[in-house]
Amino acid sequence: MLAALAYGRQASDEAYDKLLAGAAFEISRAIAVADGKPFVDLPVAAFEILALAQDDRVFYRVMTEEGITLTGYETLPAPTSMGATVAFYDGEIFASKIRLASVTRRMAEPGYSGNVRVIVAQTTGARSALAWNIAQKALVLLLVSGGMLVVLAMVAVASSLQPLRRIERILRRRESVDLTPLEVAAPREVEAMVGAINHFMSRLARRVDAMQNMIADATHQLRTPIAALRAQAELASDETDPEQLRQIIKRIHQRTRGLSRLADQLLSRALVIHRADAVARTRLDLRKIAIAASEEIDHDDAEAAAHLRLDLPQDAVWITGDTLTLVEATKNLVTNAFKYGLPPVTLCVRGTPTPTLQAIDHGSGIPEALWPEFGRRFARGGRTDIDGAGLGLAIVRSVAEAHAGTLAFSRPAPGTFAVSLILPPGKGARE
Amino acid sequence: MIRLLFIFLLWPCALQAQEAVALYGPDRDAASTYMVIEGSTDVTPFTPLLEAFAAQNPQFAIRYEQWSTNDIYTRAVAACREGRRSADLVISSSIDQQVKLANDGCARRYRSAVTDTLPEWAVWRNEVFGLTREPAVIVYNRDKVPKPDVPHSRFDLFRLLREPGNRYTGRVATYDIERSGLGYLFAFADAQQATTFGRLIETFGRNHAVATCCSAEIIDRVASGEFLIAYNLLGSYALLRAAEDNRIGVVAPTDYTLLLSRAALIPKSSGNFDGARRFIDFALAPAGRAALTEGHLIIEFSGEDGSNSLNLPASSLRPIKFSPVLLVGLDAQKKSLFLELWRSSVSQIRSP
Repeated sequence: MLAALAYGRQASDEAYDKLLAGAAFEISRAIAVADGKPFVDLPVAAFEILALAQDDRVFYRVMTEEGITLTGYETLPAPTSMGATVAFYDGEIFASKIRLASVTRRMAEPGYSGNVRVIVAQTTGARSALAWNIAQKALVLLLVSGGMLVVLAMVAVASSLQPLRRIERILRRRESVDLTPLEVAAPREVEAMVGAINHFMSRLARRVDAMQNMIADATHQLRTPIAALRAQAELASDETDPEQLRQIIKRIHQRTRGLSRLADQLLSRALVIHRADAVARTRLDLRKIAIAASEEIDHDDAEAAAHLRLDLPQDAVWITGDTLTLVEATKNLVTNAFKYGLPPVTLCVRGTPTPTLQAIDHGSGIPEALWPEFGRRFARGGRTDIDGAGLGLAIVRSVAEAHAGTLAFSRPAPGTFAVSLILPPGKGARE
Repeated sequence: MIRLLFIFLLWPCALQAQEAVALYGPDRDAASTYMVIEGSTDVTPFTPLLEAFAAQNPQFAIRYEQWSTNDIYTRAVAACREGRRSADLVISSSIDQQVKLANDGCARRYRSAVTDTLPEWAVWRNEVFGLTREPAVIVYNRDKVPKPDVPHSRFDLFRLLREPGNRYTGRVATYDIERSGLGYLFAFADAQQATTFGRLIETFGRNHAVATCCSAEIIDRVASGEFLIAYNLLGSYALLRAAEDNRIGVVAPTDYTLLLSRAALIPKSSGNFDGARRFIDFALAPAGRAALTEGHLIIEFSGEDGSNSLNLPASSLRPIKFSPVLLVGLDAQKKSLFLELWRSSVSQIRSP
């Protein structure tokens, strides 16, 4: 608004200043010298130029360098500097604001030589009207172009949001179980979002898969021992011989313990799977994991703990991971070693070449032929009779995978068998 | 009233005093408002307008004072500079002086639906309003100027006066432009209008034309046969006299005829702005136009020559535009140069 006004003011000032200067030049050309005195034959044309600003009052003054007014309005202010040939300035006469132009003509005639100044002034009505007119037009132009910009922006926003609407429709139409990635043609700006949605969906899909697997496993694992328990219980209800009955109850007791361990492991596996995706990793020392695991084993099974040895390095072994699942995995490693191998069992931590947790026992271990598939989700149809066997290593493998690590088998020395959880080095490894 | 007027009209123009006074409407004591109009117009032609206005506005006691144009101007300037109350309305045939008054900030602005009907040339800044339509005409003696000799244009006049020692020598009159503001205004306008001006003053000089004062006096002397032809007289007065005296013939020159509109102006120091604006609106409205026509102050240019009309194509009319261009003629140096030119060319013009 102000800019438009200033622009209008400047444009109209330029136009009307030229008019003023033109009239002043016209008058200065009409100066002649007679009897040693300059005089002006005021040209009508000069005033006709000024009268183009129809309703503006006109003032003029012709004066010598010494300040003597030859003709015109004596009260018309002269410019402050006598130097320039043409000067424009603002002033006042009869309490009205005026714009003045001053033109100096150097006279060198016989009998007179010196500067004669012509001052022409006009009130600013036409000038202000023009300024306002220009400003208005500029403003209208500004508003129209602004409006067009807004419309364009709205169209642009609407059309660029079109892909989002398409994605919304596609998502809405989907079945609840469909977690396959979206396949939508999208502009670059939206692609990142589609990527994020797809990434999120794949995580969701992974977790749903894991959950379904777990439920399938649990069902499979629990069915047999529960059926066996029921069979024993039925047997007991028909048995009258107290000795036989005691035998049955003893078996039921054993079965129950096995079942309880199995349930524990299933739950801890569920925990591992849950935390793999859900819990933030922290920087931690692998030695502390080993110590925590050994303490928990000590607490659960004092007999086993007596045959457990810890082999820890001098320096911290830094990794990035989740303490809870790593401790769980370590416990499973050790428990497994006691269960299937022979004591003593050594829980060993190594920092080089990569952080490794290793349980070494003195048993024969798993035959080499089975190593590649061992520890995968426990094979259906096998090993269910052993209390949660294989499930332990499955947990370890899950934890390893959640930490971008691996599960490995080896025979470090004759008569020994080692199961290792190998992890990538954490961020603090080089410290 | 009329007799009183004649006594004043016969006074020499140079006398710097109020020339006539006329009162309209109720007595000053009986009226609710009092209003003073200063004008250069003679009382007689102006009376129909003043009476019609007084009849329509009975609350006004109106005093009309007739002054010379120069007196009107100097009085208005003085009142404006000193800030004291002046006339409530000023109407002058010296439109250049009226424009200068407005230019110098001595006029009050007024605009109404009626003033908007004025042609562009007859209004300036909504401060100076042209009330009348009066041509500058050639007046001749019907008895003494044979019909073929009647000049219908300036070129006819040149032809008539071409022969040295012709019968019009010394019997052509015009305004003394050094003493008559109106004469100067017309002469200056002539100089702007056409290249014939130089030839005109040269012809006047060669024929010992008489430069003298005042419309009424010149027309009287044309009627008596002392002058045969008078140039650039105010058509309004000429037609008014021609209507009563059939010795007087009036011609609007066909090459071009200057048209003057008496300028009304409300001084800044007007004590009765309301009365003044009412008067302007009234004078520009149909009733006012009719009254001015009755006083021969509005001349029509359609159809036949008559008491209120002259036969002239509209393209020959040259209205004198209200604009700051008129200030040029008032410039002291310009005026002295112009008068010098006039004097040097028309050296034989004698003033009584």
